[in-house]
Amino acid sequence: MIVWWIVLAVIALGVIALVVRSRRQRRLSHVVLEPERAPMPEVLVTQIAPRPEIDDSPGLDRRLASSRSIFERVRSISVHGALAPEQLDVVEEVLLRSDVGVATTTALLEELRANGAPDGVAAAIRAALMSSFSADRSVRTSADEGRVPVWLFVGVNGVGKTTTIGKLAWHETQAGKSVVLAAGDTFRAAASDQLQLWADRTGADIVRATEGADPGSVVHDALGRAQAHHADLVLADTAGRRVNNANLLDELAKIRRVADREPGQVVETFLVLDATTGQNALSQAQEFLAAAEVTGIVLTKLDGTARGGIVVAIERELGIPVKFVGVGERAKDLLAFEPAAFVDSLLSA
Amino acid sequence: MFDSLSGRLERLGTSLRSRARLTDADLEEALAEVRGALLEADVELSVVRAFLDAVRERVRGENVAQSLTPGQHVIKAVHDQLIEVLGGTTLKVTYASKPPTVVLLAGLQGAGKTTTAAKLASWFKQQGRQPYLVGTDLQRPAAVEQLRVLGSQIGVEVYSESTDPVSVARAGVAEALRLGRDVVIIDTAGRLAIDEALMAEVREISAATTPHYTFLVIDAVTGQDAVHTARAFHDSLELSGIIVTKLDYDARGGAVLSARGVVGRPVVFASTGEKLADFDLFHPDRMASRILGMGDILSLIEQAERTMDPEVMADSAQRMMSGAFTLDDFMAQLNQIRKMGSLGGLMRLMPGMTKDMRKAAENVDDGELNKIEAIIHSMTRRERREPQIIDGSRRSRIAKGSGSSVAAVNQLLKQFELMKKTMKQMSGGGMPQLPGGMGKMAQMASRAAAQRGDALPPGFEAMASGMRGAAPTVTPSTGGKGKKKKGGRVTPPKNR
Repeated sequence: MIVWWIVLAVIALGVIALVVRSRRQRRLSHVVLEPERAPMPEVLVTQIAPRPEIDDSPGLDRRLASSRSIFERVRSISVHGALAPEQLDVVEEVLLRSDVGVATTTALLEELRANGAPDGVAAAIRAALMSSFSADRSVRTSADEGRVPVWLFVGVNGVGKTTTIGKLAWHETQAGKSVVLAAGDTFRAAASDQLQLWADRTGADIVRATEGADPGSVVHDALGRAQAHHADLVLADTAGRRVNNANLLDELAKIRRVADREPGQVVETFLVLDATTGQNALSQAQEFLAAAEVTGIVLTKLDGTARGGIVVAIERELGIPVKFVGVGERAKDLLAFEPAAFVDSLLSA
Repeated sequence: MFDSLSGRLERLGTSLRSRARLTDADLEEALAEVRGALLEADVELSVVRAFLDAVRERVRGENVAQSLTPGQHVIKAVHDQLIEVLGGTTLKVTYASKPPTVVLLAGLQGAGKTTTAAKLASWFKQQGRQPYLVGTDLQRPAAVEQLRVLGSQIGVEVYSESTDPVSVARAGVAEALRLGRDVVIIDTAGRLAIDEALMAEVREISAATTPHYTFLVIDAVTGQDAVHTARAFHDSLELSGIIVTKLDYDARGGAVLSARGVVGRPVVFASTGEKLADFDLFHPDRMASRILGMGDILSLIEQAERTMDPEVMADSAQRMMSGAFTLDDFMAQLNQIRKMGSLGGLMRLMPGMTKDMRKAAENVDDGELNKIEAIIHSMTRRERREPQIIDGSRRSRIAKGSGSSVAAVNQLLKQFELMKKTMKQMSGGGMPQLPGGMGKMAQMASRAAAQRGDALPPGFEAMASGMRGAAPTVTPSTGGKGKKKKGGRVTPPKNR
């Protein structure tokens, strides 16, 4: 209970107090001796550490080619295609470099060892990865009779939630649907303005409020508007939030409840995930799943050098399917997720 | 999900713990664990390899200190190496002899450049400078608008126009010169390192403004890709340093190590929250502890130095240990804790906390402190000194006075007694089973009390290296009595 936290803090602070006190005393005795602060040097960087060489990590195929002769020999020995350690090393390296993560990589390598590789390592690892993507990735666009379908977008800061909504608004309006955007990010400066520009571009309707307004009420108003105008879909933005703060997650859960109340119905909750994110993405997915019942992932910024391998771990462990990928800044640069293409790109990392 | 590296190494088995010397096999086993920990912390693979080689050298080259177990020895080597890599070079921000000093920020989309630009401006302002912001991100809708809003919050003017990024940057610097501003911060659009056209554009901006500092803004949650990004930006722009953002996330932040390793330039600033004040110089030692999953005791000390009255705290902590401890002391301590910020924020920095404890601490409701305070305030002076005199009628008076219930008063009194008892026991040498971090902390306290006036008590380091992921389950200390009934829950709340 709280008292114990206080005790803990008191003891710690007591220790710290002693340190602080002794520091202060020392400082007092030194104060006379200390010379005027020397002028700052003009040099900007005092010393440059040598740059370590980074392997250029060519594609799996090329790397495997070098060990192919070994592999051929291995295959001629065993019908089941036992794997040479150096081949596994190559696979491990490729997977780790794609942010698949240590645990998942180890698990995949185990599978590989157990099943062997009758058709080659590349094919085997490809099959193992493909089997990770088994969830249903259809996208729900319709709600129960009389209710307005809502897509809710959640995620940490800077992953591209607002941009993703803009792109999806474009897709949906292109498909002839009437869309209402709810500018639920009332925290980040000018986030509503950013969404407004997308609304202008796509012809979607938008409901926004002033900075600092209650995001729940924005969503609520958007639902009212959507119902009044018989809109087909509401896309609700939320502020980026870190997941190690329960208050922020509670707020999100509340927004979701508001969006799911009559006349609204949340039919998809998308976790927007940045492909450059490392292992933290897994804890993001866990927390957002718990707080907002995430039904799908939008993996953004896949057009860079990042592979976004962490979604393998997320789909394997949490069963959240990736539904869209973002591959650029233009509205068109949002595609439905295709496991095969994704796996190929992972392995060519 | 992640275990602290120290915990992993301790679990490696008794062989590593009991032996006086590390054999090569032990070392390799330990290094394999370190490798796993670094990879889980998102350090890039080749950086990990180079790092492990360096640690291997370091461990082999040193004699095992008497006081350290081999496991601790490895941790110390890893820690030292981390600090060396993260902080081997430092960058002192100096100002151009002919102002303005131009600072260029670059990075991927969503790394937090715009927010960082404003935070940096605010930092320069605190340094007594007159910063000026230039927004050249004409690509992301409303990016300039965001900068303007942030600028107005910190009272720094923002320059931008809707021409093209290069001329905006050039005109912005000229405008700063005209206005007599001495620091210009140029925010640029987020760009992918492989986008040749955009990289050429940022090079042009750089050529047009000849920045004194070019910072790469990188996100602490970045994975293996950090090296590609850092290298590409460094090749294009000759970075002078790195700014890491989102350090308030629960990511380990290995990306910092990757980027630092590739670029060979120091990490200069760190951003630790959404608020504009959450921004400061980067501290390599703290980052090292973080990557290894240790606490951040130095930040805590610094915070304490700024805000707390060490006399009050040290005295009351000592009285607490000796058992002569009143509700008045308790109040005084509460006030000191308040001054340091939220209880949860405080606990987050504490070493020896498991992830679960840390998380539970994050969610400690500071409103509870108000309630406790109200109850104590409703007592008479004598009641505070001698809580045993508080009988039924006094209880109901206190409850009424503080707007709480008799049950709440009872609970507080009970917990206070329990706490007193535990403390007395502890200082008497009999360590009750406190949650891991707490026991350690108490040990520390008594040790430090014995040698006060000394510099940093040596225990601190031992604590930092000796921490073993703390107790797996947080066992309540039941004092001498044991078996408390409903009011006596003393376990820090677990995951909620």
